[in-house]
Amino acid sequence: MLQEESDLSLIIAQIVQKLKGSNLYSQLERQAWASLQRPEIKLESLKEDIKEFFKISGWEKKLQNAVYSELSVFPLPSHPAAPPEHLKEPLVYMRKAQGSWEKRILKSLNSMCTELSIPLARKRPVGEQKELLNKWNEMGTDEPDLSLFRPVYAPKDFLEVLINLRNPNYENGDSLSFRTHLGLIQVPLKVKDIPELKECFVELGLNIGQLGIDDSTQVPPELFENEHVRIGQKVLSEQDSAAAQQYIRQGSPTALRAELWALILNISSQPEDVLYYEQLKTNVIQHDLLVDSLIYKDVKLTASNDDYYFVFEDYLYQVLLCFSRDTSVLSHFAFNSASPPKSYIRGKLGLEEYAVFYPPNGVIPFHGFSMYVAPLCFLYHEPSKLYQIFREMYVRFFFRLHSISSHPSGIVSLCLLFETLLQTYLPQLFYHLREIGAQPLRISFKWMVRAFSGYLATDQLLLLWDRILGYNSLEILAVLAAAVFAFRAVNLMEVTSLAAAEAVLADLSTLKVMPLLQIFLFATVT
Amino acid sequence: MAGKVKWVTDIEKSVLINNFEKRGWVQVTENEDWNFYWMSVQTIRNVFSVEAGYRLSDDQIVNHFPNHYELTRKDLMVKNIKRYRKELEKEGSPLAEKDENGKYLYLFVSQSNKEAYVISLYINNPLLIGGRKFDLRLYVLVSTYRPLRCYMYKLGFCRFCTVKYTPSTSELDNMFVHLTNVAIQKHGEDYNHIHGGKWTVSNLRLYLESTRGKEVTSKLFDEIHWIIVQSLKAVAPVMNNDKHCFECYGYDIIIDDKLKPWLIEVNASPSLTSSTANDRILKYNLINDTLNIAVPNGEIPDCKWNKSPPKEVLGNYEILYDEELAQGDGADRELRSRQGQSLGPRAGRSRDSGRAILTTWK
Repeated sequence: MLQEESDLSLIIAQIVQKLKGSNLYSQLERQAWASLQRPEIKLESLKEDIKEFFKISGWEKKLQNAVYSELSVFPLPSHPAAPPEHLKEPLVYMRKAQGSWEKRILKSLNSMCTELSIPLARKRPVGEQKELLNKWNEMGTDEPDLSLFRPVYAPKDFLEVLINLRNPNYENGDSLSFRTHLGLIQVPLKVKDIPELKECFVELGLNIGQLGIDDSTQVPPELFENEHVRIGQKVLSEQDSAAAQQYIRQGSPTALRAELWALILNISSQPEDVLYYEQLKTNVIQHDLLVDSLIYKDVKLTASNDDYYFVFEDYLYQVLLCFSRDTSVLSHFAFNSASPPKSYIRGKLGLEEYAVFYPPNGVIPFHGFSMYVAPLCFLYHEPSKLYQIFREMYVRFFFRLHSISSHPSGIVSLCLLFETLLQTYLPQLFYHLREIGAQPLRISFKWMVRAFSGYLATDQLLLLWDRILGYNSLEILAVLAAAVFAFRAVNLMEVTSLAAAEAVLADLSTLKVMPLLQIFLFATVT
Repeated sequence: MAGKVKWVTDIEKSVLINNFEKRGWVQVTENEDWNFYWMSVQTIRNVFSVEAGYRLSDDQIVNHFPNHYELTRKDLMVKNIKRYRKELEKEGSPLAEKDENGKYLYLFVSQSNKEAYVISLYINNPLLIGGRKFDLRLYVLVSTYRPLRCYMYKLGFCRFCTVKYTPSTSELDNMFVHLTNVAIQKHGEDYNHIHGGKWTVSNLRLYLESTRGKEVTSKLFDEIHWIIVQSLKAVAPVMNNDKHCFECYGYDIIIDDKLKPWLIEVNASPSLTSSTANDRILKYNLINDTLNIAVPNGEIPDCKWNKSPPKEVLGNYEILYDEELAQGDGADRELRSRQGQSLGPRAGRSRDSGRAILTTWK
């Protein structure tokens, strides 16, 4: 009991410290001062009266949302004496693997730099700055020569690294047993099985209404949809983050989704935020970064060719170029196993005073990175809001999909979860695919790394991302991947090569995700 | 009785020919006995021309109405709408209402511009998505004008400009910005062969519902349906409702930034060329569903049939307006297409569950 109490006070202390530096704190302070003018505030009961005032005026709700946001994002400290690396990643061998992977990426970036004789960063001449400012809304029409640029890495390179991960303290033994894991990932992390997943995703159960299932045209809206929409509107009017997060587990109505996501992510688009975005835009105009070309190339290769997202090409540049320069993103590295790459001012290699993070936000984009932003363009058409939402989604979720860690939502755990589900509940399929040289993870990896963006139809993708926000976890990606394999099992059993298996799973655009998930979790005999 | 349908066409497009062949129909020439002729608009002129025309027999169907130009030529459509409006005014219909300046509130037409090749209705505040201008292409099948029976294809699409839209005058010279027809876009530098600059109507709907809300989006789509039905009602009285004819029109619509739709033009011969793989599939299915409705059971047609196909064959079409159903049971069954005041509820369920068409546009 005492331990819990001291844990709780530690958490409270941390949250208070974080919020004290925030804009909300100064706003609350201002409000408290202003409230002294009000007649209901009496000197004798000052504290209670102000608290009451905050409750009525909705400021308490805002504070609640901020606290909830901190709780959702910041991992709880395991032990007050734990060093900061443990917050990033508690397991040493994972930290080491992430470190070597980062060295490789940076090496690749630097060699591209040297080969092409392009500096990592340079200040734009005034003429070029003017030109870019004029073209800001249509950077897509620009056709710079990108043929010499290659993406720094692609998901399949990253997969190879994960396959080679080993825990030096874990001895598998040479003999095969029923416990041998037949998949590609060979590290012993704890993942959930179906009974545990059922408990976790209880709102997806068969007897609970879902958007994505119970709002189809055959179902009369009086049964579920109308009431669900009404509740959603109420949640929005109450402006309660925690309620919104609970609500969205059953899916969000399309008209309410943009606001609900903003509420859950605690994004409120204050003038300061717009100003901050404009500041980033100025940074883009003034300086050119090598990663900009990587971003251009990625957008041109992926989003521009996508049936749904090609329309938003220009928005993607506006978001991603600013993102690269946003140093506030650096704060998430406190709980990310990755660390921002360091670079040195020319001629001062090794001198710490001349070290800078490169790119300024510490995130090097890889092939497909722009697909994290693309679906958001269906919800937000104002660039600074779109930007804020993306940034928050990144520091809460997406970073875990391309860094090596033991976190349950990290890509390593997701891969292991996927393979374990398949091996346990579809053993015949798994064995067959393995025999023909088509390890299932080789096909599903790219889906999970991109959180299925670009593979599912947009309306389905948004229903999936509703649940990611609702459960504050990416595990649903692994479950969906397994459910897709289960759905196409009959065809997959007949193929005899990796290429044929890829062909069976090439087109996911007709899939309806919620029925697939529901059947896999709740209607499959285990 | 069971002979194979004999078909002719003067439009060499695979989406057509594949559909005929999959039904086991037999290709013949136009001089032979044919049952089904998918013809170009030039040919329909010949068939029904005063000098060289010929009578069609009961087992022959063609894919155009003889005087479709009443709808598809902009100047004639304008004339018909004006006439229709005057009739509505005489009947005291609310659709003929005018505002305080004497301008019609609904059903108004563009002024000027007799040039045939320039868009007659130039809107300078089009709705932009991702900063780009686009127009909507919708397919509408009319099986008969009196009684009016028309179907809307659910899978229409948006055609995006490849070049950014800016209202500045220097851009007016850029042909690619303002004319969004794919045939022209195809020659712009940024044309993409995977998506062809096209979006499905369901994407549009998702985007609008997410960014503008459900009510205004439903209202927009209701208004689009309304415009189409009005245009058909306007020409119905002057249309030669030949029983051998049906027609599949391509409607081009632009949406402005207040989410109001504007009819640009109607095509009697919408393009059957495919610019992308998705396109080819769409057009193939379009022809397939059209033939299922126009030529029931794929058998030799009999023009005396009532042109009322069962629900199951509609495919991706849904009933847009059925005058017979709208008249209601027991009411005067004799069909007079001039009864403008009772447009009636739309038959058949659609995504906007059962709401009467007219309630929302005010």
